[in-house]
Amino acid sequence: MRGNRFDLRLDRIRINKSGTETWANAINGIVPGPVLNWREGDVVTINVTNNLPEMTGVHWHGIILPNPMDGVPGLEFPGIMPGETFTYRFPVVQSGTYWYHSHMGYQEQKGVYSALVIDPAGTPLIHADRDYVVVLSDWMDGSPLVVQNNLKHMSDYYKFNRRTLGTFISDVEQSGLRATVKERWNWADMRMDPSGLQEPTGPAFTYLMNGMTSAENWTALFQPGERVRLRFTNTSAQSAYDVSIPGLTMNVVHVHGNDVVPVPVDQFRINVAETYDVIVQPRDGRAYTIFAQNFTRSGFSRGTLAPRPGMSAAIPPFDAAPMRNMADMGMTMMPGEVAASNPDRTRMDGIMPSMHGVTDAEKERRTGYQEKLGLPAVTKALKPGVEQQYVLDHSFDRLDLPGDGLNHLMDKRRILTYADLRSVHPGVDKRQPTKEITLTLTGNMGRFIWGFNGQKFSEVGPIDVTLGERFRLRFVNSTMMTHPIHLHGMWMELENGQGEHRPYLHTISVQPAANVSMLVTPVATGQWPLHCHFLYHFEAGMFRTLRVLPKVA
Amino acid sequence: MRGWIAGLAILLALASPAEAQLFDKSKFFSSGLDSETLQGAAPYGNPIPDNRVYIHGFFDQLEGRIGDGQYLRWDGQAWIGNDYNKLWLKSEGRYNPGNRGRMEDGDHELLYDRPISRYFDVQAGVRVDLDSSRTRTWAALGIQGLAIGFWNVEATLYASDNGHYALRTNASYDLYLTQRLVLQPQFETNWYTKEDRGRGIGAGLSDIDMGLRLRYDITRKFAPYLGVAYQRRFGGTESLTRQEGGKVNDVRFLVGLRTWF
Repeated sequence: MRGNRFDLRLDRIRINKSGTETWANAINGIVPGPVLNWREGDVVTINVTNNLPEMTGVHWHGIILPNPMDGVPGLEFPGIMPGETFTYRFPVVQSGTYWYHSHMGYQEQKGVYSALVIDPAGTPLIHADRDYVVVLSDWMDGSPLVVQNNLKHMSDYYKFNRRTLGTFISDVEQSGLRATVKERWNWADMRMDPSGLQEPTGPAFTYLMNGMTSAENWTALFQPGERVRLRFTNTSAQSAYDVSIPGLTMNVVHVHGNDVVPVPVDQFRINVAETYDVIVQPRDGRAYTIFAQNFTRSGFSRGTLAPRPGMSAAIPPFDAAPMRNMADMGMTMMPGEVAASNPDRTRMDGIMPSMHGVTDAEKERRTGYQEKLGLPAVTKALKPGVEQQYVLDHSFDRLDLPGDGLNHLMDKRRILTYADLRSVHPGVDKRQPTKEITLTLTGNMGRFIWGFNGQKFSEVGPIDVTLGERFRLRFVNSTMMTHPIHLHGMWMELENGQGEHRPYLHTISVQPAANVSMLVTPVATGQWPLHCHFLYHFEAGMFRTLRVLPKVA
Repeated sequence: MRGWIAGLAILLALASPAEAQLFDKSKFFSSGLDSETLQGAAPYGNPIPDNRVYIHGFFDQLEGRIGDGQYLRWDGQAWIGNDYNKLWLKSEGRYNPGNRGRMEDGDHELLYDRPISRYFDVQAGVRVDLDSSRTRTWAALGIQGLAIGFWNVEATLYASDNGHYALRTNASYDLYLTQRLVLQPQFETNWYTKEDRGRGIGAGLSDIDMGLRLRYDITRKFAPYLGVAYQRRFGGTESLTRQEGGKVNDVRFLVGLRTWF
């Protein structure tokens, strides 16, 4: 849908995505909803009619706008009651690839999401002959509330890639009994499993690309030699993906709605709520598979780039499933301590690059990645408790590592990291930050309670800042999950070593034990949510309010 | 011109009422903060139901213990509540259809549960021994949680109004042989400070009930199993059981279903 006036209707419909007919929340009768096309400089009017049996609120993800237009019921506006129509109206002050979704309960999981593309007012920097939106989503047949309920009782309910007696035996063969028992003991002490990367995962979902299953094979057409822009948008509730197009180099040109200096890659990780636009230029008149494998390697979606409809190419095998070690989690590892191995007996060192069989010079280079950053006072003060499972010994700058299960592949493939992102334009606000706000990502996996600084949303008040104030926002991850943290209503300028060309992000994927900082200038007053975008995490409390107060004269 | 530079200017302007007239005076361009919304974290209601009430019921044991004088054994629990406050119901016992439907070891508890640490909850409430023997009522105080190595453990102290005390412990572990085939050792003990002839119980360690169950998780909520159970009575309980002609040392094969909702 293109224009500056839109009518969106939310309905409860019957749908069949997985082979089983079930219910969905559709926007204008479809899942995903219609892709909205706005123009920078327009004032858009969007009438959202709620025909669902419950309250709703539609949120424009990554869009800079006045607070009551942001669409979070309870916090920013009263919500749209069943049968009501709410009119959103605001100026469009940016361009790029974004998305929109329901910010109420679990409605997003059941279909209220789609992409949002804003054409720039001036001449676009990026030239493409073809332009496609690629919406990645994790469809669920059942009720998300049942899933959350299951997780509250058994947090590894959906995990079918755990370590077993078999992997114990193969680890003993590989590392010896003593080392293996010691390694198992460390995990047992923390009541964790190194394969516990994401819950819920594969078995709970049917992975879709533009609403189509792998079998339906969404296809984007091209003529050989054309520049094709693919706007990858992860609208999933709880699934990160590793995206690749075997046979093609992807040039990452636009991230979270902002142009970046092109980075040629073979693969990139896209966490929930992120957008990455890539340019590919297929030279051959054959089919190429667009492959998005989930983070736990328990499912994938695929589409095809082809010169004609009906073509397909081979689907690549999964990469090895990530496993973590103690160092990944910010724990001190003793010399000689071993990491977990995969069922195929490859040593998998999770986030820390494998040091096995590596030259000294290479070791030096890799440990350079892993600069220990110490811990902010806020993090250091935290004690383990009901809402926090463990405390970190160290934190790390992990911006130049792609993340679990990919780090050991960096010598073999070009994989995107946050450190590669260089904004085309320098930042507008040159001021130094005058204060720092640190949030430690915390949680208790077994109890499935998630929060910040050891507290969930309902236990703590808002964080106050002043309009126009320049501040540094720091996240330290004291959990074993890679959380996508989203800040509404303002940009987070990631301090990734690119000087003034910091990438502007609306969501930051924070790896375990990572310590990341961003510069922020609030541009509109109001109660702005700051939360993990994993649906089952923020519904369990990983949510805060950043309250932007007016300037006092 | 980069779009959001303009955006910054526009929105900074929006925060000032005079400038806002450039666009529209409608409420849509108000700042989103007024005296009312300044008061609380969620002016229109809580956006996140992170105190939601959940409910579960589950049978760790629901099994027929096969052999001479075979019987049905159950050990189930249910809870309802939010992260910090739960009501917990536990019930275990044996039903013997061959022996005029006699029920034994009936132990039913209603407890308030509160988490106190990363892995442990305290539970307090009442226990009622309700079966074919004399009925007894106890006050209960215990802990339940996840010990090192993912052992599920429970230990509960009981006190009755006539000065009897008792202790019950239970521990189990899930050993994953494959992703769905799980071997579960389980071990329960019962201790009493005083003899209670009405329930055939002597002082000291009364009995142990241990099992080794091999289950297959067809789904997480539907897992049939085969196993072997060993029950042994000790001391005064042993003597009383002998007098009644019961077994003090009993090994049985079992077939059952682990299920929950």
